[in-house]
Amino acid sequence: MMKIRVWGCRGSLPAPGPENNYYGGNTSCVEVTDGETCLILDAGSGIQRLGRFIDPKIKEIHILLTHLHIDHTMGMGFFLPLYNPSVKVHFWGPSSSVTPLLLRLRRYFSPPFFPVRLADLPNHPEIHELAFNDFSIGEFQIHSEYVCHPGPTLGFRVRLGKKTFAYIPDHEVRLGSTHFPTNPEWTSGFELANKVDLLFHDGGYTVPEYEQKLGWGHSAVEDTLDFATLCQVKHLAIFHHEPNNTDAQLESIFADSMKGKDLGFEVELCREGAEYFL
Amino acid sequence: MPAQPLELILGRQFVDTLSLPAFLVDPEGNLLFYNEPAGVIFGLNFGETGGMRVEEWSTVFTPFDEYGKPIDPEELPLVKTLRNQTPNSGSFYIHSMNGDKIHIKVNSFPIIARPERFLGALALFWKTDP
Ligand SMILES: [Zn+2]
Ligand SMILES: [Zn+2]
Repeated sequence: MMKIRVWGCRGSLPAPGPENNYYGGNTSCVEVTDGETCLILDAGSGIQRLGRFIDPKIKEIHILLTHLHIDHTMGMGFFLPLYNPSVKVHFWGPSSSVTPLLLRLRRYFSPPFFPVRLADLPNHPEIHELAFNDFSIGEFQIHSEYVCHPGPTLGFRVRLGKKTFAYIPDHEVRLGSTHFPTNPEWTSGFELANKVDLLFHDGGYTVPEYEQKLGWGHSAVEDTLDFATLCQVKHLAIFHHEPNNTDAQLESIFADSMKGKDLGFEVELCREGAEYFL
Repeated sequence: MPAQPLELILGRQFVDTLSLPAFLVDPEGNLLFYNEPAGVIFGLNFGETGGMRVEEWSTVFTPFDEYGKPIDPEELPLVKTLRNQTPNSGSFYIHSMNGDKIHIKVNSFPIIARPERFLGALALFWKTDP
């Protein structure tokens, strides 16, 4: 069984505070496990808590980075298993046209960003570059491809048996897609999310906010609902909440976006601490 | 039909916004998209034709030289770009939809995505005087 646990679903910047307690303040980090096979999707600030509570039986951990924006990587150095000599950590992340992933990760693991260098860790993490790939980790079959977001950015489709989960936390679906939302062949991310059992997808903005932030790489909640409808997903959790929005504001944006819609699939705002079983 | 890779999706969206005529083709030479200005030159409308297989659109697009002799398709810039994955340019004549002989220049570019994935080519046209 695929077990999915959300350790952070905030976008851009951690947003701790009592007014944000329900949806949580940590940035992107999602744990996906099947027995002792452990995938961690993104290493935002949420990965720090995950590192403290991770099952000690797990000796090999695969961190899959959608991209290297700071909100998806800021927690890396605070992930305790990196300092445990009996644990092996793999980093998977997007290929760029020029700089190898190893060098881009080293930028983070060096002063002034972080005092510990990769080479100082008890086990040097194993680095794997991804683009448009199909690969497996344990029983998980994973498909990665680039999506519309500034800089090399991947989405992941994870399959276990017949169940599928798609993770596209940063995605400006409307910008790249012709005749959105009616033309699947020309819609960024369609293949990743097509008919999945569960989709986590970027949806930080209201429509007027999106119009002000065109090209910044994120989607309005309404575009996310349209994308999920086009992809015929069974369940959608909206991800990458704006750090400026409180729990109450998130709920009111969501309620406004849902007005008059009869979607035919389950949908909610993603929440730190939420668990899904597929 | 499977979705196109992001680079072609963005390429189509980009040329759709241009007033410069443009073609977008896959690695086999199938015409994935042409924008409105390209449609005007060839008397076609993408909304009506959609994409076209290589054998289909090569019958519509019949370039010839200054003496009226058809040009060997292998010599066309876009075909060279698909063969060699390099940029190419050239010029030739075609008949516009109302039968006029027009001279066009073509620049074609391979679409090589990260990391080194060859996904097709883009051709941009200029109507010029010979
Ligand atoms: Zn982000
Ligand atoms: Zn980002």
